[in-house]
Amino acid sequence: METFLRIVFMLALLSSTGAAAARTFVDDAGRKVELPDKVERVYAAGPPASVLVFALAPDKLIGWTRAFRPDEAAWIPKKYADLPELGRLTGRGNTANVEVILKAKPDLIIDVGSTNATFASLADRVQQQTGIPYILLDGRLDTTVQQLEKLGGVLGAETRARELSAYASKLLDGLKSRIAAVPADKRPDVYYARGPQGLTTGLRGSINVEMIEFLGAKNVAGSETGGLATVGREQVILWDPQVIVTNDPNFYTDVWKDPVWAASLSAVRKKRVYLSPHLPFGWFDFPPGANRLIGLVWLSEILYPELFKPDLKREIATFYRLFYHREPTPQQIDVLLAEPGVAPR
Amino acid sequence: MIVSRSRFPVALFVLGTMLAALTMLAISVGSFPVPLPKVIAVLWAALTGADAEVADNMRVVVLQVRAPRVIAALAVGAALASAGAGYQNLFRNPLVSPDILGVSAGCALGAVTGILLSLPFLLIQAFAFGGGIVAVGLVLAVGAWVRGGDRVLTLVLTGVVVGSLFGAGVAFVKVLADPYNQLPAIVYWLLGSFTGVLPKDLVVALPLIAIGLVPLALLRWRINLLALPDDEARALGVNVGKLRIAVIAAATLMTSAAVAVAGVIGWVGLVIPHAARLLVGAEFARMLPVSALLGGAFMLLVDTACRSVGRTELPPGVLTALIGTPVFIWLLALTFRRRP
Repeated sequence: METFLRIVFMLALLSSTGAAAARTFVDDAGRKVELPDKVERVYAAGPPASVLVFALAPDKLIGWTRAFRPDEAAWIPKKYADLPELGRLTGRGNTANVEVILKAKPDLIIDVGSTNATFASLADRVQQQTGIPYILLDGRLDTTVQQLEKLGGVLGAETRARELSAYASKLLDGLKSRIAAVPADKRPDVYYARGPQGLTTGLRGSINVEMIEFLGAKNVAGSETGGLATVGREQVILWDPQVIVTNDPNFYTDVWKDPVWAASLSAVRKKRVYLSPHLPFGWFDFPPGANRLIGLVWLSEILYPELFKPDLKREIATFYRLFYHREPTPQQIDVLLAEPGVAPR
Repeated sequence: MIVSRSRFPVALFVLGTMLAALTMLAISVGSFPVPLPKVIAVLWAALTGADAEVADNMRVVVLQVRAPRVIAALAVGAALASAGAGYQNLFRNPLVSPDILGVSAGCALGAVTGILLSLPFLLIQAFAFGGGIVAVGLVLAVGAWVRGGDRVLTLVLTGVVVGSLFGAGVAFVKVLADPYNQLPAIVYWLLGSFTGVLPKDLVVALPLIAIGLVPLALLRWRINLLALPDDEARALGVNVGKLRIAVIAAATLMTSAAVAVAGVIGWVGLVIPHAARLLVGAEFARMLPVSALLGGAFMLLVDTACRSVGRTELPPGVLTALIGTPVFIWLLALTFRRRP
């Protein structure tokens, strides 16, 4: 046993010194990570990281956490959509096999999302076990520009990072400055309905409702801080939100037929319930990554119809070309916008 | 046990009154403020068909949101407690709960599969119900195939095995589920909740629960005899095999319907029959109605507490476990200290 441990220890030592450790990177969890000179093969440990690496350096991405479904694959270049499924390493639904990842020979592992002690220690463990440097980036919406810049530097994709972060900061700053002028009484009450019954929602500070908070609207469930929570129908009726956003097609279909909702919610009566698009990545909440930028443009018009009149077709074309490396066909965009619940009425 | 015989009508009366008071309380409290006179006006109007001079919102809250929820809690509590009472009598074991034959695990697998397939909520409920029936059917089939030995023991062991098989299925579906959307939905479903109950859910669930409860009530005197060893019961003219299947079928139907409506809520089916036994004795004919009333009252109390703690809700399964554990230990101590 002791010899075995010694061998493992030496191997770990070898692998950490063996790689050309030319750069030290301090990640968002405060961990000092030695990066190889040139990063060529990247394993993204979760969907937000996948989106970010794919946007910045698609040829360095060695796989996805989950294989694309055909309707999703149609939105990105085939050679990237065909990358293998490697599973996810950290966070909820840990499905990756460390051996599968080792076999894919990444020279860097990246996770974007929470940087708390749990994730930091997971990163340390995987790094020790595999000898592959593992960096953690803070995945909050308002740090998107920094995420792009930092990761661009790490991946050696500074030019693209400049292009994307310029786009992102223009988009975010533009929204922020125009919303800053909106008086409090013009900011809508929003309820985020999750699950087939729409009775799960995100509390203040949860990554799920960041978009509502960023756009200066009032999350009706925001008086309590936390993550996801279940609420009763009565409570939703009491809140009587002006706008309801969901990503559950079943809830969206049922909400119009449900006698309780129809009788008691002004958002249903005024037809202000919206279903977020989900192709190839969700526009609202999941995954909570850079994919939400286009969702912000969409949601801004829903929340402030008098203030924002974006040319959504053009915005989609630009965002998808920049981040997903293919401009969708006009037909694709028409189909996406014609899906029930997407277009503001 | 002579004492408890005279206690029975008293217990029924007290429990019935308590239940009525609790129902009135439950329908009057909630996050949406409706003053008590308005609640009464709405209920009166609904019963007599008259027009209530009450805002639309309040009427919807009382009739469409609270009333179905209160009725669901009562029915689910009564169903789980009666199924538990039936099983404890059948298996001659007070540690038995309604999911002894794998019904909850079967329901859970059905429901999480429905969530994984992104089905509408009504179909998820149907899957849950079907899953429970399939699991118990499988247990009975295996039990019949094994034959020989102690029939009851065979059933219990098969139930444990089938239950863990379906449990593994649930774990597998969790791994397959989309971690951002489906996994939380699965977790919330597995914890149980009355939060989304609508009148249309009751239209399906109540008859199913009644179909299970009525035979148990009609056969209560004979089911008493199942507590005796098989040969003694046979000597008294009971067809043990058929009666056993009838109890299992009734309990399975009730539990599956209850779990389909409210998710997996533990402890009610285990603890309530104990409390009933303590109140009126072990005779099934008296224990069943007391269990049903007590189970309904307990579930209603728990759900009312769950939706009153704050703006967000507690899962009732958590609260039943918090209450159930100490109460069970206390009942256990009480039961054993009574015996010489």
